[in-house]
Amino acid sequence: MATIGILIETEDGNVKDTNFGVLTAARGQGDGTIIALMMDGSADGAKDALGKYGAQKVVQLSADGADLSTSHDLKARTLAAAIEHYSLDALLGLASAQGRDIFARLAAFMNLPLASDCMAVDMAAKTVKKSHFSGKAFATIKMLGKVMLCAIRPNAIDAVEAPADAAMESFAASVQDPGLVKVVEVKKEAADEVDLTEAGVIVTGGRPIASADNYKILDECAKLLGGAIGASRAAVDAGFAPHAMQVGQTGKTVSPRLYIGCGLSGSVQHFAGMKTSKVIVAINTDKDAPIFEKCDYGIIGDLFDVVPVLTEVLKEKL
Amino acid sequence: MQIYVCVKHVPDTAANIKIVGENGFDDAGCKFIANPYDEYAVEQAVQLVEKNGGEVIVVTVGKAVAAATIRAAMAMGAHRGILITVDSQFLDSQTTAQALKVAIEQDGKPDIIFTGKGAVDSEGFQTLYRLAAGMNLPVVNEINKMELGEGKATVGHEIGGGAREVLDVSLPCVLGTTKGLNEPRYPKFPDIMKAKKKEIKQITIADLGISVDGAQSELEKLEKTPDRSGAKMLEGDVRQAVEELVNILKEEEKVI
Ligand SMILES: Cc1cc2nc3c(=O)[nH]c(=O)nc-3n(C[C@H](O)[C@H](O)[C@H](O)COP(=O)(O)OP(=O)(O)OC[C@H]3O[C@@H](n4cnc5c(N)ncnc54)[C@H](O)[C@@H]3O)c2cc1C
Repeated sequence: MATIGILIETEDGNVKDTNFGVLTAARGQGDGTIIALMMDGSADGAKDALGKYGAQKVVQLSADGADLSTSHDLKARTLAAAIEHYSLDALLGLASAQGRDIFARLAAFMNLPLASDCMAVDMAAKTVKKSHFSGKAFATIKMLGKVMLCAIRPNAIDAVEAPADAAMESFAASVQDPGLVKVVEVKKEAADEVDLTEAGVIVTGGRPIASADNYKILDECAKLLGGAIGASRAAVDAGFAPHAMQVGQTGKTVSPRLYIGCGLSGSVQHFAGMKTSKVIVAINTDKDAPIFEKCDYGIIGDLFDVVPVLTEVLKEKL
Repeated sequence: MQIYVCVKHVPDTAANIKIVGENGFDDAGCKFIANPYDEYAVEQAVQLVEKNGGEVIVVTVGKAVAAATIRAAMAMGAHRGILITVDSQFLDSQTTAQALKVAIEQDGKPDIIFTGKGAVDSEGFQTLYRLAAGMNLPVVNEINKMELGEGKATVGHEIGGGAREVLDVSLPCVLGTTKGLNEPRYPKFPDIMKAKKKEIKQITIADLGISVDGAQSELEKLEKTPDRSGAKMLEGDVRQAVEELVNILKEEEKVI
């Protein structure tokens, strides 16, 4: 029986919804023990939410005599200590910006194999499935180490509830920060934004959006769906959107349940970042636009006509 | 300053990849380029040396043809190159990191080692962390801002949710670069010609005393991602098409 640790991520103290897919993935590995590990937020507050998706234990991690939020290396070392302490067979987590970093630090520190940004995990076979060649292929990778480290692409695995009674625990690791990297400051630029890489719905505007201001039209629609707005590189390069909004090869990799592309030609590089979305909708004036060959639903039309109507219809029907 | 830049030779992002056998691809039939993220690394290194003096050394692990990528970095201003040759198409990140480490340590004393934030072919996102751990150096990835200070670099990157983080990293260090850090230059013809005369030292991975058999992960299988077969087009006037779409998303796909 395997013991699987899950590194939980929080935002403003709340457990992010994307963690629940990771818990679901862990549950699919036979009847092991699932331990949720928390380095930020409060385990007490998260206990109910995590229990609902099958966590049997929720552990608040800390480092002896140090503040975890000051150093990523300290976090990695604390996790390493927890892996030893709980004799974990695997540690799963999110391949968010922070997750990718912490898992890579941990893997390097412990000299263990890591699959970053994976789409599926099979602990019995010790394999993972992940994107290769920028989304053009899927690779099956065999993990040969003693402990499997897997950072899972947010939303890649659907969350399914399976209530368990989660026990509470805390673990203080005696670890030391090498002290070579210091967090100087963290600035939150836009407070109410939904994180693009973890959004369940994304509405993206390409080059024809024509101005930064016009993204408001998409934003109104995205907000109704609880989603975020994205941009193509052409739109970012033209100065209509910040790079943080760029989806694709040189931007973010996303996997929402619904991706609505407005005025996107359907370039390989853009698709590299959103190909694994569950449902892709395209709105484009050109009936021959390549994107219509690679999406699920298409509307031929001007985004400035179609999106406002979409917003209106959503207001009526949701 | 002595700055090393690790650059990977990868299939062009626009290339059609033909999978061969269980876990290989037709690399002879496909155009290769320098990994796009690594171009920010080369540019940053060249700018720092232009300002502070020193040299930029490109280090690549790959097949012999990867020399073309080193030449491309040289045309951007890198001074020398080291090519560590392997026979296989894919090497696990720990072995790659070890090869980079040994080659760099044998060559000199880095003030900074730059890499791209990740490679667009294997998408592993970890080699630079393993390189840093092996050399006992601090590491920060995905930087899009950097200022050099006294014995340290102050770097910035996005951490998701619209938040940015600023960090102080002591030198020497390993830094992974991404878009936004700079604008990689387009080499001019004379630079391309000059690059042809620069020195590339070629060594095999075995010469570095590294075995490729100790891999921690193996690529078992490659398969093409299933393509969508083309969209269901929603017809009628805008209102009709949108209503049908919303109905489908709600009732059939259940995604809203
Ligand atoms: C190394 C490399 C990395 C790259 N990385 C990325 C990346 O990360 N992300 C990315 O997006 N791109 C990336 N690209 C660029 C990519 O190749 C395309 O150039 C880019 O995605 C095109 O953006 P677009 O679809 O917005 O614009 P366009 O190609 O200009 O397409 C616009 C589309 O909108 C349609 N249209 C025009 N007006 C309207 C209207 N009013 N309403 C509706 N439809 C309209 C047009 O018919 C057209 O199909 C990269 C390229 C390279 C070489």
